[in-house]
Amino acid sequence: MTEPPVNPDQALGPRHWARVDGWGMAVRSFGYLFHPRTADEIRNVYDLARGAGKTIVLRGAGRSYGDAAINNEGIVLDLCGMDRVISWEPDTGIIELEPGVTIQKLWQTIIADGYWPPVVSGTMHTTMGGCAAMNVHGKNNFKVGPFGDHIIEFDLLLPSGEIRTCDRAGNARLFHAAVSGFGMLGCFIRLKMKMKKVCSGLLRIEAFHTRNLQEMVDEFEDRVADADYLVGWIDTVAGGSGLGRGIVHQANYLREGEDPRPADSLTISAQELPAHLFGIMPKSLIYLLMRPFINNPGVRLINASKYWSSRIALRGACYCQSHGAFAFLLDYVPNWKLAYGAGGLIQYQSFLPRGRAVAAFEAILRAAHSAGLPPYLGVFKKHRPDPFLLTHALDGYSLAMDFRVTASNRQRLWSLAGELDQIVLDNGGRFYFAKDATLQLWSIDKFLPPANIEAFLALKHECDPENILQSDLSKRLFGKRFSAEVTQQSL
Amino acid sequence: MIRDKCAIVVGASSGIGEAAAVQLARRGYRVALVARREHELRKIAERINSRSPAGEERALVFAHDVTHFNEVPELFDRIAQSLGGLTLVVYAAGVMPRVEPEEYDFSKDLKMVEVNLLGMIVWLNEAAQLFTRLQAGTIVGIGSIAGDRGRKGQPVYNTSKGAQAIYLETLRNRLAKHNVRVVTIKPGYIDTLMTRGMGNLLWMISAEEAGRLVANAAETARATVYVPARWRIVAWLLVHIPSFIFRRLDA
Ligand SMILES: Cc1cc2nc3c(=O)[nH]c(=O)nc-3n(C[C@H](O)[C@H](O)[C@H](O)COP(=O)(O)OP(=O)(O)OC[C@H]3O[C@@H](n4cnc5c(N)ncnc54)[C@H](O)[C@@H]3O)c2cc1C
Ligand SMILES: NC(=O)c1ccc[n+]([C@@H]2O[C@H](COP(=O)([O-])OP(=O)(O)OC[C@H]3O[C@@H](n4cnc5c(N)ncnc54)[C@H](OP(=O)(O)O)[C@@H]3O)[C@@H](O)[C@H]2O)c1
Repeated sequence: MTEPPVNPDQALGPRHWARVDGWGMAVRSFGYLFHPRTADEIRNVYDLARGAGKTIVLRGAGRSYGDAAINNEGIVLDLCGMDRVISWEPDTGIIELEPGVTIQKLWQTIIADGYWPPVVSGTMHTTMGGCAAMNVHGKNNFKVGPFGDHIIEFDLLLPSGEIRTCDRAGNARLFHAAVSGFGMLGCFIRLKMKMKKVCSGLLRIEAFHTRNLQEMVDEFEDRVADADYLVGWIDTVAGGSGLGRGIVHQANYLREGEDPRPADSLTISAQELPAHLFGIMPKSLIYLLMRPFINNPGVRLINASKYWSSRIALRGACYCQSHGAFAFLLDYVPNWKLAYGAGGLIQYQSFLPRGRAVAAFEAILRAAHSAGLPPYLGVFKKHRPDPFLLTHALDGYSLAMDFRVTASNRQRLWSLAGELDQIVLDNGGRFYFAKDATLQLWSIDKFLPPANIEAFLALKHECDPENILQSDLSKRLFGKRFSAEVTQQSL
Repeated sequence: MIRDKCAIVVGASSGIGEAAAVQLARRGYRVALVARREHELRKIAERINSRSPAGEERALVFAHDVTHFNEVPELFDRIAQSLGGLTLVVYAAGVMPRVEPEEYDFSKDLKMVEVNLLGMIVWLNEAAQLFTRLQAGTIVGIGSIAGDRGRKGQPVYNTSKGAQAIYLETLRNRLAKHNVRVVTIKPGYIDTLMTRGMGNLLWMISAEEAGRLVANAAETARATVYVPARWRIVAWLLVHIPSFIFRRLDA
């Protein structure tokens, strides 16, 4: 595919021109797109970038909401083509994967052997490389930690062409920095992970409503010991006495013997999401039905009906659902983001320490309401600290909110985000690069420990001294701090 | 960064293509002129460049025979690279050899299919792929009112024009979600080399006027544009006449 470059100008010709957007479509870029399939092809692009004076962003499935996987004017290395399962051992649950393997391909590979990935994102279309680089969390973060906690070993291809094999014993520093290092230190080209053994393809779900955020947190705290997964939906448009009301879903693995016919549910088809709505309407068109409701009154109506019907109908309802159906709710409607219109959406997800979470999230919701910019979706999760250098997780809670972006609200939205940042920072909170589109140059110093930032910059200097790996996000948040001189000074 | 306002006009050495290229250059486009007659292209390029703001080379020349299909992918890239970007591709190359009422000359037929249809397909396939990657761009194909109905005089010319319209419609439907506009131009009679010697034709307009209308359509139109617009009514009527009557009316 990618031939060794002869002349950089030609090698960056029209075959590689592409517009590349953040998943939320609110941030966009023009880039030179490459689709390597082997480590050598990646090396060729590293060399090409060096020769042409370009920077490179590594890109998986591009599911980061903001600008983490785009690089305006630079090279975009799309790794989706490196999607081989290198080996899978059902006896031990150990799997070796190339970086472009998606969560979808992963669960499809292991389900029939009675396994499920220990950590998955809310969409199954993310890749191993992207999940490792962002150290993604699932709805079980409070229990099993992030994606990185289940990686045994990986190979990282540095811009010099050198491959570093890292695990917790060898290259431990790099191990804990590349995971969470948002693609700035090198490219994952092989990941070895441990999968979770399950006795059934089904989960037992319990759903109930909570009248406010305090009640939601109380429920989470009461249930953490027993729950395998916990996730809250919050009616983010409701104000007044309804502020922070929502619905909680708890899911638990079935124990040995609880599912009389595990073989039936441990199949790809039993985990697959339905292709049609009501059996007839192709799912790919549903976003068109959603479109008229993606505005303040529309979302108010939908959220209120969802909340009240759950209050009336659920009352602690208990039922079984497949892993896929529970985990990938957001994949039910393909392209739902298009319902947000041409301006797209941003997600604002902040992480707050346990004791501060309720008050801070209430303040955040109030601030959004009084700015006239209510978020349209709110998802609440519980987290725990982890050992990765730039981790977003802490002992507390996160609230992820989707905001519609339009030409007319964009500026107000960004300044609202600045206001919310202050609330989060005042309360000792954190942010997540996979979602972010609005933080500013000084932000990282206010939420990441200085020692972690310095350690990261030192590794950046060591692994990528020419500063080839960059993204629009890294330029926005780190400015010139990756360049050698500045790093030396700050060390 | 790739440049804005860059166009390729295939079939730019005379007639509608030439006039469209001149118009586009006047509107600030960098235009690549493509056709076989290099000498003509150079003269047109000189004319364009002499009128461009100082030092700006608005027209570039690429001699090419569209029936050399294999050359197109490489040439397309070279042109886009030379322009420094690409936002518009106009396919105006076409031939209509004289065909007698009882004549069935396959070599003429083949030429028309190759130039009018296959050349369009090979060029616009390239454009479609680049514009999909860029999530932007405009494709303009010059068809003809002749493609709206199977008239007696020009079986294969009409066929090539009808097929062009279907191909362009397909591209339009494929590319809409990628923010790419595909415009079908259906000229009536235009005073060009193609119509020279055919006498006084109905509502004939100059190539310059046609070029202006094509450039307008390239900037704003979303589907099919008749040039000039009044042909839309005629076309509508023609399309609705039953075949057994049409046969008798068609001189
Ligand atoms: C609908 C939806 C739901 C989501 N739900 C969750 C969720 O529940 N939990 C959660 O944590 N996140 C969630 N996310 C965010 C998503 O999981 C992360 O953004 C993830 O990183 C996306 O993976 P990707 O393969 O698309 O990577 P990309 O977005 O393409 O890239 C992400 C980062 O990884 C780097 N990268 C990519 N490949 C490599 C590689 N091979 N080597 C080194 N670096 C690499 C990129 O440079 C970039 O910094 C969700 C996103 C969407 C759209
Ligand atoms: N004139 C009309 O009344 C009329 C009406 C309806 C539709 N049209 C259509 O409009 C288009 C333009 O025609 P026109 O009227 O402007 O005629 P024209 O003056 O004869 O122009 C035809 C153009 O096509 C190019 N061309 C022909 N064969 C080619 C080949 N093998 N390779 C590359 N280029 C080739 C010619 O360039 P070279 O010869 O230099 O290669 C010339 O630039 C045609 O598609 C025609 O069918 C014309």
